Amino acid sequence: MADLTCHFAGITAPNPFWLASAPPTDKAYNVNRAYEAGWGGVVWKTLGLDPHAVNVSSRYGATRWGGQRIAGLNNIELITDRPLAVNLAEIREVKKLWPDRALIVSLMVPCNEQDWKTILSMVEDTGADAVELNFGCPHGMSERGMGAAVGQVPEYVEMVTRWVKHYSRLPCLVKLTPNITDVRISARAAYKGGADAVSLINTINSIVAVDLDLMAPLPSVDGKGTHGGYCGPAVKPIALNMVAEIARDQETPNLPISGIGGVSTWRDAAEFMVLGAGSVQVCTAAMHYGFRIVEDMKDGLANWMDSQGYGRLDDFIGRAVPNVTDWKYLNMNYDIKAHIDQDACIQCGLCHIACEDTSHQAITREKDSKRHFEVIEENCVGCNLCMHVCPVDQCITMHRVDDGLYANWTTHPNNPAREPEQKPSAA
Amino acid sequence: MSDIKPGRLDDITLAAHFSDIAPTLAPSAALVEADRCLYCYDAPCTQACPTHIDVPAFILKIKTGNLKGAASEILSANIFGGACARVCPTDILCEGSCVRHKLDDQPVQIGALQRYATDWVYESGQPLFERKPDSGFLVAVVGAGPAGLACAHTLAREGHKVVVFDAHPKAGGLNEYGIAAYKMADDFAQKEIDYLLSIGNITVRTGMRLGANLHLPQLQQDFDAVYLAIGLGGVKTLNTEGEQLAGVLNAVDFIATIRQASQLASVPVGRNVVVIGGGNTAVDAAVQSKRLGAEHVTLVYRRGEEDMSASPEELAFARQNGIDVRLWARPNRLLGEHGQVNTIELEGTVYCDDRLLGTGTTYTLPVDMVLKAIGQAWLPLGPDGELLEMTDGKIATDDNGHTSLPGVWAGGDCSTTGQFDLTVQAVADGQRAALSIDQTLRANSRAAA
Ligand SMILES: Cc1cc2nc3c(=O)[nH]c(=O)nc-3n(C[C@H](O)[C@H](O)[C@H](O)COP(=O)(O)OP(=O)(O)OC[C@H]3O[C@@H](n4cnc5c(N)ncnc54)[C@H](O)[C@@H]3O)c2cc1C
Ligand SMILES: Cc1cc2nc3c(=O)[nH]c(=O)nc-3n(C[C@H](O)[C@H](O)[C@H](O)COP(=O)(O)O)c2cc1C
Ligand code: SF4
Ligand code: SF4
Ligand code: SF4
Repeated sequence: MADLTCHFAGITAPNPFWLASAPPTDKAYNVNRAYEAGWGGVVWKTLGLDPHAVNVSSRYGATRWGGQRIAGLNNIELITDRPLAVNLAEIREVKKLWPDRALIVSLMVPCNEQDWKTILSMVEDTGADAVELNFGCPHGMSERGMGAAVGQVPEYVEMVTRWVKHYSRLPCLVKLTPNITDVRISARAAYKGGADAVSLINTINSIVAVDLDLMAPLPSVDGKGTHGGYCGPAVKPIALNMVAEIARDQETPNLPISGIGGVSTWRDAAEFMVLGAGSVQVCTAAMHYGFRIVEDMKDGLANWMDSQGYGRLDDFIGRAVPNVTDWKYLNMNYDIKAHIDQDACIQCGLCHIACEDTSHQAITREKDSKRHFEVIEENCVGCNLCMHVCPVDQCITMHRVDDGLYANWTTHPNNPAREPEQKPSAA
Repeated sequence: MSDIKPGRLDDITLAAHFSDIAPTLAPSAALVEADRCLYCYDAPCTQACPTHIDVPAFILKIKTGNLKGAASEILSANIFGGACARVCPTDILCEGSCVRHKLDDQPVQIGALQRYATDWVYESGQPLFERKPDSGFLVAVVGAGPAGLACAHTLAREGHKVVVFDAHPKAGGLNEYGIAAYKMADDFAQKEIDYLLSIGNITVRTGMRLGANLHLPQLQQDFDAVYLAIGLGGVKTLNTEGEQLAGVLNAVDFIATIRQASQLASVPVGRNVVVIGGGNTAVDAAVQSKRLGAEHVTLVYRRGEEDMSASPEELAFARQNGIDVRLWARPNRLLGEHGQVNTIELEGTVYCDDRLLGTGTTYTLPVDMVLKAIGQAWLPLGPDGELLEMTDGKIATDDNGHTSLPGVWAGGDCSTTGQFDLTVQAVADGQRAALSIDQTLRANSRAAA
């Protein structure tokens, strides 16, 4: 049976499934329930200095898609709205009850050294395992010069990380905001400041929907709205890319990454991990279904590891990173064509109309004046749009037809900046 | 002793037995079901619908919350979209061709979604149709069933004035008098007709029977065109000894009594009922007698299940309702006492060289009421009828419904158009004929100008 033990930036947890700093980790009551359900770690809801923050109602908006509720979730909540002392006392008590679980404390205080020094010593005193710097919250707190307002300025990221490493012996995770142009710049700043790890992504600036009667964005607070932070399944692709970019960045070698953003299943977690994440953090999926979802996450990951012969997490963490490359190194000689399995085809016509209207007119709609869908190979460019629209699994498959050679853009004749071909020297 | 009596069940039970068998979907259920539709291109379900409702288009509109658009999509292709959503045997029409059969054995519930979208119209009362400018033409429609009224509505949309004549006191045809009560609950037939007529320029005159107080030559003279949609008013006979005994009824008459009853408890029904036939009408008569309180209801059909014109789902519905379905049997004779039927003698049947023969083995069942449902037939009209060319007991027409007489079209059950004797087919006929009438009238007036 696979061993799910997670060793991450000096933190040890029984499994890599952690709850991200958010309402599920707001207080002892929730966190105790989370540990009981089997979560390997928890990043406590972000603490700040007193007087504590105050929230509004309502706080959430959601995107529905294809009958699914919460394809994406948007929130306008702030950091903890409870006094610092209450949180610290609960953290101490919970850590004592659950010594084997990871307990990381998320922090956000104004950008001055003294405030960081003060809060760090208080946190260290609770027995918590690590701190995570919230440089990502994109709403409310950023108007006050904290959260994403810090995360968007690499110099601040580096400076604050340096203070934290100076005043505390605890491992330090820097949580990055996706609301920037190149996430590697933020990761490099954290790395230079001495961060032990980065965690990403925090939520994405968003207006999730507009109420067409109220003429106001959702969630609406008495008829007005403000942009919130977007998360949930919809943001996973964005998060995966950002994780991969950092994982393959030569300037942040071996920087541990805690992957966050739309993780809802063990499979999502596995994808983050093969792209370089050493642990994952979950918020929306838990808010949608409760803590019990971790059971399948653990079980599913372990079963998958067993089926692949991976004994430990390290056996697969980062395995896909070498296969993430720049476009220019893709093999331009690789050629695939779509093929339709006529026995599996249910004749919905979706492949035909997609290819006909928007692609390469490579799928028929009839044969011998009967409804019939078949690929015209000469016209097929191998874009695989049809495969994605086909509602039947494995009905449209792509088949390789090239000669197996390799050639990329760097030497392509259409590339004005192509590299000269390596001619054998005439010695 | 024969046992036929009203009030076998109390009012509350009867109300439950005759309430809507498939109430409209809840909004959340409708969305889940709508999401199952794949939005097929050149969709097979649309092809299978005799009125070619653009099914994926209206389902998409349900998904996007555009119920008005969904309803328009349906009703502009089929003005009886509400009735059809309730009465169509979808298992042999749209849902029968849904590609999801091959994907997960479960078609999209098109009928239920269609009902969901059309219910919105009848609840909101929003007008969806406008008339084109008055054409100056006047058309007579005879028969206010689905074929006649669909024709009238399309003609009115095209700008013509229409007078609809019907022999019955109420418009609606079999929607009003024939369809099983629980399929058209809450007086839906009349609500739908009120909405249909709200387009204007359609006058309905009831109590007017062609061949009696209404004559074809006069109509041809007074109107620019005539559309005949008089259904099949007659009933085929068994030609069996004892058919004239009291307690032997036409199933359609029995059903009409139920449909028109102000108190279900006032409708008499036998303790032991035998229904003869294998179509919609037989199933409906059997189930409705059972639901009225008959203790034992037997449906006797002379051939096998696959030969029945009732769809497989309808037959399954009959069995769920506790109907004893006896296949490969036919009535030999009906026996009685004091002119009242009390026994039916049945004989087994078998195919021999494509001919149906009796096996010679007979048995009897006690019976209080026999309902004949072996098919509707053309009801002779007298001299008016003789003007029309007939094929197989129906008015002969071309694909557009044009009859042998100039200026006279026909459609629905009374004509040879279409594949089925179904409401949706009648609607398709009526609409198609209306467009043909419109084209002909406009072409003639251009030629005359
Ligand atoms: C008991 C029963 C149950 C059925 N159930 C279903 C079902 O569940 N689903 C389905 O799709 N189909 C069903 N059908 C079939 C469907 O009802 C018919 O196909 C459809 O109603 C035909 O429409 P129509 O307009 O041609 O005729 P009808 O509905 O029969 O209308 C004909 C109209 O013409 C009038 N009329 C007749 N003679 C004259 C005359 N001489 N002068 C003036 N007016 C006249 C009648 O009063 C009537 O209003 C059922 C039929 C029966 C009998
Ligand atoms: C296959 C594909 C190619 C695209 N190419 C371009 C492009 O050439 N130029 C551009 O401005 N946007 C391009 N886009 C982005 C789209 O214009 C659009 O901004 C984006 O897909 C978001 O809109 P959507 O959510 O409706 O897809 C492309 C999108 C797709 C799916
Ligand atoms: S792969 Fe692309 S081009 Fe080829 S048939 Fe499919 S949609 Fe058309
Ligand atoms: S999309 Fe798939 S199922 Fe539909 S017609 Fe094309 S191949 Fe067949
Ligand atoms: S065939 Fe089925 S899935 Fe396809 S459009 Fe029609 S209802 Fe939708």
